[in-house]
Amino acid sequence: MDLKDKLLASFMAFEEKVDVTSELHDIRMAAIKNFELKGFPSKKEEAWKYTSLNSILKNDFSVFPKQDNAVEFAEVKRYFLHEIDTYKVVFIDGKFSSFLSSTTHDKIDVCLMSSALNKPKYKDVVDAYFNKIASGDETLTSLNTAFACEGAYINIPRKKIADKPIEIINFSTGSEAALMVQPRNLIVVGEGAQVQIIERHQSLNANPVLTNSVTEIFADERAVVDYYKIQNDNLEASLIDNTYIEQKGQSHVSVHTFSFGGNITRNNLNFYHRGERIESTLKGITIIEGKQHVDHYTLVHHAAPNCESHQNYKGIFGDRSTGVFNGKIFVEKEAQKTDAFQQNNNILLSDKATINAKPQLEIFADDVKCSHGCTIGQLDERAMFYMQSRGIPQKEAKALLMYAFSNDVISSVRIPELKQRITKIIASKLGVKMGFDL
Amino acid sequence: MLKITNLHAEVEGKDILKGIDLVVNAGEVHAIMGPNGSGKSTLSAVIAGNEHYEVTDGSIELDGEDLAELSPEERAHRGIFLSFQYPVEIPGVSVTNFMKTAINESRKAKGLEEMPANEMLKLIREKSELLEIDRKFMSRSLNEGFSGGEKKRNEIFQMAMLDPKLAILDETDSGLDIDALRIVANGVNKLRSDKNAIIVITHYQRLLDYIVPDYVHVLYNGRIVKSGTKELAYELEEKGYDWIKSAHSEVM
Repeated sequence: MDLKDKLLASFMAFEEKVDVTSELHDIRMAAIKNFELKGFPSKKEEAWKYTSLNSILKNDFSVFPKQDNAVEFAEVKRYFLHEIDTYKVVFIDGKFSSFLSSTTHDKIDVCLMSSALNKPKYKDVVDAYFNKIASGDETLTSLNTAFACEGAYINIPRKKIADKPIEIINFSTGSEAALMVQPRNLIVVGEGAQVQIIERHQSLNANPVLTNSVTEIFADERAVVDYYKIQNDNLEASLIDNTYIEQKGQSHVSVHTFSFGGNITRNNLNFYHRGERIESTLKGITIIEGKQHVDHYTLVHHAAPNCESHQNYKGIFGDRSTGVFNGKIFVEKEAQKTDAFQQNNNILLSDKATINAKPQLEIFADDVKCSHGCTIGQLDERAMFYMQSRGIPQKEAKALLMYAFSNDVISSVRIPELKQRITKIIASKLGVKMGFDL
Repeated sequence: MLKITNLHAEVEGKDILKGIDLVVNAGEVHAIMGPNGSGKSTLSAVIAGNEHYEVTDGSIELDGEDLAELSPEERAHRGIFLSFQYPVEIPGVSVTNFMKTAINESRKAKGLEEMPANEMLKLIREKSELLEIDRKFMSRSLNEGFSGGEKKRNEIFQMAMLDPKLAILDETDSGLDIDALRIVANGVNKLRSDKNAIIVITHYQRLLDYIVPDYVHVLYNGRIVKSGTKELAYELEEKGYDWIKSAHSEVM
């Protein structure tokens, strides 16, 4: 039985356990039908031209883990931003770990999707926001929706400011030979409210893991949301991240994606504007080697006047690693005075490394400022010699140049401890010890 | 200190240096002058170990050690410093962080501990004052958006920080107005001692009014064709390079 058939069969079993009279049931049924019709995406589709899932789909993934697994905090402490106090929503093999988590209902809700989907007190929010922007066309999002039952639920009401960052961490223990998990997060940030969120997927051993994650974020008027994705997983872990963001007037949402490790990583990041004077920031650093693959597929949909979007993606590719950057900016006729900027810079460290970069600008308004730029190059030899002539060894000089290259993405991280952590991860990837933090 | 013997070097198959002999002793300042394209910058790059150039014959020794197999950083650790004619912009790395890294890497290579932070700050303060550099400058990205004069001053600031045995100043005077030239030359002069040596590469005699050389060499067509004392520089200033060119032109 291939994975698609297995998932369809599992869905039947899964549905028996849930309340078939709920509206959720209808949403799930529609979603599984879409997946049944379309199946997994293939390279024949334009959006998946450079990313093939075939090599991972042949694994015999367990869709529901057979047992509850626990991990000790000491074992996983290093994956948390433990230098500071944070709210934590932690899942182990797709199941909530109350032991590792630190949730709250004090002024803000930082808790579980399973509660939100099942308890009456969340019904209004769920009815208003759940599955409202997650694209019904996208087959992998449909697959996630069909099985949606667990993940993080965050609701920051009007004018509230989350008093500390929130970490959403999904661990997989490898107790199954191969595991597929489908976290589903819903984040609602009210008018003038603010929140910082860090998301991470971490496999704790070498058994294959496939994560098909969907996150919906709603930023109401003047809301400020900073979202950080740390992707530094092991070589058998693949991630398909589908993030959908809807912004209302004057809201600011930024998403930073740090892709340093994993087998195949696909980031579908979609921004939809529903108001004026919105700012959207999409930034990413990718540093990979071996045969790793990272694909950034971004969409910013400008639908109203006077909005800005800034995209800045940097990639450093070693060995036979491959990268994809597909950045789509859509400017509707009404979206006059749009300021949309897209920059994608890449360094190839080896002759065998590949980057496929494709900007897609579809502009229907006539008074806009849209620009895009893409560079692919090697490390600057003149700069290398300059640094070496000052006594900085080649390896360190290389690392310093790569830091410098990534710096304008790192510098906009607004949690200092996270910025330090990112810097350290980069240093360890480059095998150097830096005498300072950028 | 520095002994260059019959040095030949080429770049992309083209001979640039065609047999250079030069001896520089501790405490001395040597000026190397010559028209454009004579090989001055190539000579400085080859001494500093730029792998873009290939040494095809001859040798460079520092304190009796052949430098042929040494990387640019190893040469730097042994006390060679090159002030670049065109310093490279490195966005994202501040002057301070760059200097910290350079100094501590050199110390590491010598088996020393990292320099304590307060000592580093003191050194930076002292040397930036010497070059009349504003402290705010230190947190700017290295050479990014610096004016020509600022870049050159920053080069000499780095020289002061690293305290090299042999400093090569490649066209340090180009792009400097008279005030900046004075500051730079003053900085260099304060760094002179009987333990170090300086090679000043320049097109014009102007800088040599401030940094007075013990010896002046004329490089032309990849060879040192004339050596003398500082008076030679005045002669070149007066007569230009044409008399050198005509005396040494090769039959085409």
